Amino acid sequence: MSTTRFAVVAEGLRKRYGQTTALDGFDVTVAAGTVCGLLGPNGAGKTTAVRILTTLLRPDGGRAEVAGFDVVRQAAQVRSHVGLLGQHAAVDEVLSGRQNLVMFGRLYHLGVRSARERADELLAQFELTDAATKPARQYSGGMRRRLDLAASLILAPPVLFLDEPTTGLDPRGRNEVWEAIRRLVATGTTVLLTTQYLDEADQLADRISVVDHGRVVADGSPDQLKSKLGGDRIDVVLRSVEELPVVAAVVGRVAAAGAEVDWDTRRVSAPVRDRVAALTEVVRALDDVGIAAEDIALRRPTLDEVFLHLTGHRADEAGEEAAA
Amino acid sequence: MTTTTPVIPRTRLDRLRWAVADAWTITLRDLLHWLRQPAPVVVGLLFPVMVVLLFAYLFGGAMSVPGGGDYREFLLPGMFALTMVFGIEATMVAVTSDAAKGVTDRFRSMPMAPSAVVVGRSTADMLNSTLGLAVLVACGLVVGWRWHGSLAEALLAVGLLLLLRFALLWVGIYLGLLAKSPEAVAAVQILVWPLGFLSNGFVAPATMPGWLGTIVEWNPLSATISATRELFGNPGWGGDSWIAQHALLMAVVWPLLLVAVFFPLSVRRHRRLSR
Repeated sequence: MSTTRFAVVAEGLRKRYGQTTALDGFDVTVAAGTVCGLLGPNGAGKTTAVRILTTLLRPDGGRAEVAGFDVVRQAAQVRSHVGLLGQHAAVDEVLSGRQNLVMFGRLYHLGVRSARERADELLAQFELTDAATKPARQYSGGMRRRLDLAASLILAPPVLFLDEPTTGLDPRGRNEVWEAIRRLVATGTTVLLTTQYLDEADQLADRISVVDHGRVVADGSPDQLKSKLGGDRIDVVLRSVEELPVVAAVVGRVAAAGAEVDWDTRRVSAPVRDRVAALTEVVRALDDVGIAAEDIALRRPTLDEVFLHLTGHRADEAGEEAAA
Repeated sequence: MTTTTPVIPRTRLDRLRWAVADAWTITLRDLLHWLRQPAPVVVGLLFPVMVVLLFAYLFGGAMSVPGGGDYREFLLPGMFALTMVFGIEATMVAVTSDAAKGVTDRFRSMPMAPSAVVVGRSTADMLNSTLGLAVLVACGLVVGWRWHGSLAEALLAVGLLLLLRFALLWVGIYLGLLAKSPEAVAAVQILVWPLGFLSNGFVAPATMPGWLGTIVEWNPLSATISATRELFGNPGWGGDSWIAQHALLMAVVWPLLLVAVFFPLSVRRHRRLSR
């Protein structure tokens, strides 16, 4: 088979809901053993793509293969080879962690004993052994998500789909889930994850596909995408509006591209290549012209800036349009 | 790590074996719910008992049974049937909350028998309603209700009640799939009451205005209630209209009709999840 190198192949997927086009010629390929991040705002079509790839939805057009099986014609085989982590932690909240895993194990047609053994293995792997007999309702957000992840790994599926795995989690829960995903990827699982957070895609993904209006508008490694954007940014906030043009000129000389001026917040912002050198130079140059800034900061580009750069419109505009 | 090779059932027999095993796993899940969270089950069992006591002792004195007879003997068959209606709520809550929490999607992304969730749900709900009926029969015997016919007739009456519950199961599943949030269940919870009171369960249709009496007589619930009264030998069945004369027939026809409508609707709704 020519597609075995790729764990996931989608070609020209189309899906409409009434007047709304959710997917409009969506293409993606994920090489076996790698992590692909689908990055995009709410309503970009990320979830629709995951639902089609996990056989929950039928596409209106296009084709897709997962683990070498067609998602429409060989849906049953696809289901035996994928794990799905949906947007909500899909666990039974009344049952304990172990009872959840045994139940899902039985539904994957493991025998009673192997379902129990597998449940204990997974509880240990995801550090839930101490909470094994507590009802899932009493778990923290991060623990519930880990149990959810454990449930999708009962058959150790070669391909795992994670739909916004850390949305709604606090930073600690997010780190717990990231750690769990990293350990999993180390064992060779192919992962396709969707996220609204640039840093999450950056942390986990080998390749990122930026999704907008139901299609992939840019893809590459996180470094490639960031260099397209000009990397990190420097923000200088001033005390007085009169100083803005002078400072914009100063920052513009140091930055990788022209500085942007926001008059309302008295802020000059520009992309930079070498973070520390840029910061030092800006501070020195401001000192030379005798201007004391209220605040100077280096930061990663926001999703808004990624979108503005790649699509020419802001991320929340895309979201509103798709939701309407 | 345990390695497992996923298998796909090839023969029809394999598929059937999977369907039965998966449905049983889902049934066990619900039975585990009872054990781990007994409060709602106990409340569900005791609520009809409370209504019986309320009507038997509080309102009962003001009620008269057409053709004479004991009000409690008249009341209990109505409460048996209404308890079957109360079951809709449990079915709906379970279906809606599984969908809202993404559990339905997880099941659908797994290589399990597609029928299992519904079959398992029905089995658990039928077990629950059978238990509820047993508790209410015991309560009836305590407050002075008796059956006067043969044991076979009494068992047939119980069968008709469970047939009604089975039909309402599909109404519950359909409404559960239709409801977008668990909050929608509250609306059904309230609507159960007018449906219950617009039957011949508490008051004889003969005492109502003509048009209302007709609606009440044609309520599917009334057919089951009349038929069970007839089979248990309790007072209050009968009437001159065609529908009242054919209660036994209609107690079979109405539930079958409900299944014929709501089973395909539920299947269609379930298929539409993948559209």
